[in-house]
Amino acid sequence: MIHFVLLISRQGKVRLTKWYSPYSQKERTKVIRELSGLILTRGPKLCNFVEWRGLRVVYKRYASLYFCMCIDEDDNELEILEIIHHYVEVLDRYFGSVCELDLIYNFHKAYFILDELLIAGELQEPSKRTVARLVAAQDSLVETAKEQTSSITNIIAQAAK
Amino acid sequence: MGSQGGFYQSKEFLDLVKSIGEARSKAEEDRIVLNEIETLKRRISEPDIPKRKMKEYIIRLVYIEMLGHDASFGYIHAVKMTHDDSLLVKRTGYLAVTLFLNEDHDLIILIVNTIQKDLKSDNYLVVCAALNAVCKLINEETIPAVLPQVMELLAHPKEAVRKKAIMALHRFYQKSPSSVSHLVSNFRKRLCDNDPGVMGATLCPLFELIARDVNSYKDLVINFVSILKQVAERRLSKAYDCHQMPAPFIQIKLLKILALLGSGDKQASENMYTVVGDIFRKCDSSSNIGNAVLYECICCVSSIYPNPKLLESAADVISRFLKSDSHNLKYMGIDALGRLIKISPEIAEQHQLAVIDCLEDPDDTLKRKTFELLYKMTKSTNVEVIVDRMIDYMISISDNHYKTEIASRCVELAEQFAPSNQWFIQTMNRVFEHAGDLVNIKVAHSLMRLIAEGFGEDDDNADSKLRSSAVESYLRILGEPKLPSVFLQVICWVLGEYGTADGMFSASDITGKLCDVAEAYSNDETVKAYATTALMKIYAFEIAAHRKVDMLPECQSLMEELLASHSTDLQQRAYELQAVIGLDAHAVECIMPSDASCEDIEVDRDLSFLNDYIQEAIEKGAQPYIPESERSGMLNISNFRNQDHHEASSHGLRFEAYELPKPAVQSRIPQALIASTEIVPVPEPMYPRESYQTTMPSIPSDAGSAELKLRLEGVQKKWGRPTYTPATSTSNSTSQKTVNGTSQGDGASTVSSMRETYDSRKPQVEVSHEKQKLAASLFGGSSKTEKRPATGHKAAKASSHMVEKSHVPKSSMEVASDKAASAQQPPDLLDLGEPTATSTALQLDPFKQLEGLLDTTEVASAVNGAPAASISPDIMALYVDTAAGIHNKNDADLLSGLSNPSVTNMPGTTAMPQVTQSSSKRPNPKDSLEKDALVRQMGVNPSSQNPNLFKDLLG
Repeated sequence: MIHFVLLISRQGKVRLTKWYSPYSQKERTKVIRELSGLILTRGPKLCNFVEWRGLRVVYKRYASLYFCMCIDEDDNELEILEIIHHYVEVLDRYFGSVCELDLIYNFHKAYFILDELLIAGELQEPSKRTVARLVAAQDSLVETAKEQTSSITNIIAQAAK
Repeated sequence: MGSQGGFYQSKEFLDLVKSIGEARSKAEEDRIVLNEIETLKRRISEPDIPKRKMKEYIIRLVYIEMLGHDASFGYIHAVKMTHDDSLLVKRTGYLAVTLFLNEDHDLIILIVNTIQKDLKSDNYLVVCAALNAVCKLINEETIPAVLPQVMELLAHPKEAVRKKAIMALHRFYQKSPSSVSHLVSNFRKRLCDNDPGVMGATLCPLFELIARDVNSYKDLVINFVSILKQVAERRLSKAYDCHQMPAPFIQIKLLKILALLGSGDKQASENMYTVVGDIFRKCDSSSNIGNAVLYECICCVSSIYPNPKLLESAADVISRFLKSDSHNLKYMGIDALGRLIKISPEIAEQHQLAVIDCLEDPDDTLKRKTFELLYKMTKSTNVEVIVDRMIDYMISISDNHYKTEIASRCVELAEQFAPSNQWFIQTMNRVFEHAGDLVNIKVAHSLMRLIAEGFGEDDDNADSKLRSSAVESYLRILGEPKLPSVFLQVICWVLGEYGTADGMFSASDITGKLCDVAEAYSNDETVKAYATTALMKIYAFEIAAHRKVDMLPECQSLMEELLASHSTDLQQRAYELQAVIGLDAHAVECIMPSDASCEDIEVDRDLSFLNDYIQEAIEKGAQPYIPESERSGMLNISNFRNQDHHEASSHGLRFEAYELPKPAVQSRIPQALIASTEIVPVPEPMYPRESYQTTMPSIPSDAGSAELKLRLEGVQKKWGRPTYTPATSTSNSTSQKTVNGTSQGDGASTVSSMRETYDSRKPQVEVSHEKQKLAASLFGGSSKTEKRPATGHKAAKASSHMVEKSHVPKSSMEVASDKAASAQQPPDLLDLGEPTATSTALQLDPFKQLEGLLDTTEVASAVNGAPAASISPDIMALYVDTAAGIHNKNDADLLSGLSNPSVTNMPGTTAMPQVTQSSSKRPNPKDSLEKDALVRQMGVNPSSQNPNLFKDLLG
């Protein structure tokens, strides 16, 4: 099972955290600090897995963002690598060529998407199309409930198409 | 794609993100966040905040919490938000609570009601949001509150809801198996769901259920196999494809389940062979996910009942992984090798050079994985090289968690396979020296026990030799600065017990050293206590031997200090020491007998020596003692307890579950059982004992064959002498052949034939000599095991002499040619390489080496005054080692032909699999530029200095 998902920028800034196993706020800070020290310093040719406190952390770098998932020792690391890629692809479809900025300002959206992909630390939906459809369905309901958006948001919305 | 990409937040929020992005230091970031917290605290408690504003506040709270700050003041507002009618607001509320709260938070109770309501909603999106929250927030106590509704949702028309309901039940099962154990049939039903997503989700709970109880799901093997077959034949919709692989995630889950179901079950396994073989063939090994499935196949093959054809395919895949350029695949290859090696140990030999490459790789993860593999394939023949390497690595790392792990592995291997006690003590010393405080204290105790008990046979000379070598090494080690506390305790104990035993060192030498220790580590009370007791022992032995005791001045001052110590323990020890010194020789001998640490101390539990005293007191009118059980009036309970007490007292502490079954114990138990069930109709006490009775006898027989690392083929017992008892060696020799797969002759022939084939294919590529040697000492050793356990050690003496003579000339020739080829010899791998520096003396070299070894042992024995005969086993052990070492080198030479494939075989096909993009969409620089421009318009800068450098993530 996946214990947590972390998105960390190359500078060590946290972009998203999702904890599927219980960690106190203090532990979380410590985990993030330890892992960013461990992962950000690794060279590009090395393998995408790190052993950490008896668990495995699988990470993958996309542009300046590191996607990390922490798993049990007997899980399939390559599968997790693929799940990360899966998530990035869904994000990409959703935001339209996703970049780090999208995630910085819309982190809650990234959370919603993650919730459709993973649940309780397991992959719940292997089909990208289904995930995209579900998120879109939720968003369209949200759209109708939304008040008239400001002009600036419209501009941005068009840009993001 | 709609307007999802837009920024709905206010300028305020964007500013916050921006300023945090631009913060130069952590302190600055903290200051900004603390400001924000203040603002939010004030704002959020204002009355009548519009919903939209509130939603933003909550998102800002999430942001703060994500950065590692405490936002607990706002949790209640997030909880309130889940009560809202609008889905927009509710969804944010649920998101926030799932991120904020752990399952044991007090506020959960306030949400359960809302969740109950939402689970009944006719809007499936509301239900989905509630189910997401259920998975995260519902704990053992609240499961019953939502369970009926979740059950109903299993039949919901929307597949998304069914899927989440399944996952929620899975979560319930993880938290409290009993709460949903009656619902297991529902999982089976959902396996036949029309929607592949729901079916895939069902595999998660089923996997867990099967892992806990394999036997009740054997009937599903056929179903799983047919599902897997359909998936592999692309019967599922294209939507589940991933890099042209049909539904790989489902395949992986199914393979995991099959691995569990087929483990040790021939019949079930036979159903799987075809489909697993198909997957092996069909898998596309150029994509990451294809390799993930292949890896899972290997795991499955190594877990189910072995099938030669599948094992062959698995071995092929492993060699492809190991030869790959990608570190990820190498890593998986090493892992897979570790799994397969349990079934077919011979497979390791063909990959030895690849394994050694991984061991020397700069990538730490890969290195660790390789150590794990080595740990799994350790035998008595290669234990020295492997443990040596492990310790070297342990010294080089600073990660305490892993250091502890590797230290305990070293200890475990050393205990299991130690070729000699000398080596064991030296290895333990190194482990303690470098990772002392991380090692379990039990290991220290067992080391002390080993030194005290010796070889467990009645060879006192060997025992005392062992002890004096331990004392010698400890005196040397004490010179080093900063030793770990645990290690110092061992040292102090050994010095106290055996420091003066062999007469090599005088009491003043040892006491001086002990005082130094107590002084140098004066803030460690445990060490000081050990040192004081050691001092007491030394002086006691001196007095008992009728020698005059002169207390060193530093010792006197130490005692003075301890007599006034704040620690009562230290004080007590100091007073005891003082008292002992004042006694005469006879009394001291009674209190502190020499070398008596292993003798049992008899304890008079009834305190019968006090009888007179009690009698006297009773006569004077004192009340007789009434046991606690008889004091209370509650007959039932006290009776039961009484029963318990009797049992307990007869055993001393109740450790019986850990002892080997003895007939005496067994015959007692039924009585006790009958008695206890009669009195109190609670069957509980029966469980442990019953299971204990049935399982215990089977363990010893299983242990030998179940796991590789436990196989002690032909190896002496843990603490045994470095020889082999005839009984064990003969009984093991048959099983051992099957274990190792290759006999000596076999190994040689396969190796040479391989060499031929490789030679004809490719020109020799040079592989560093070092590696070959390492390979030989790690893998080539397998042939040696055959030789060692030949017969009892007397016969072995003769036969190994023969073997020796026939091998040495030839192999030393090999050594000569090796020498010419490579200039450098690693001293740590095979010491034998050293003396061959002059080619003229080649023929004699191994013997010279041996002579050197003989000399030292003889010196040692002379000092001990031991008859030479008693050390002959030791010498023999060394002798055999030498012979085998040379033989290994021979192997290595033959194997040099193998170097080709692993070094040069990197065809261009192995491009990084992840790089091959699946998304047809190309990165769109224009898009991102536009985004940048917009952000700038709004006065928000991205966190990095140059926004133009922001590439699309998938670019």
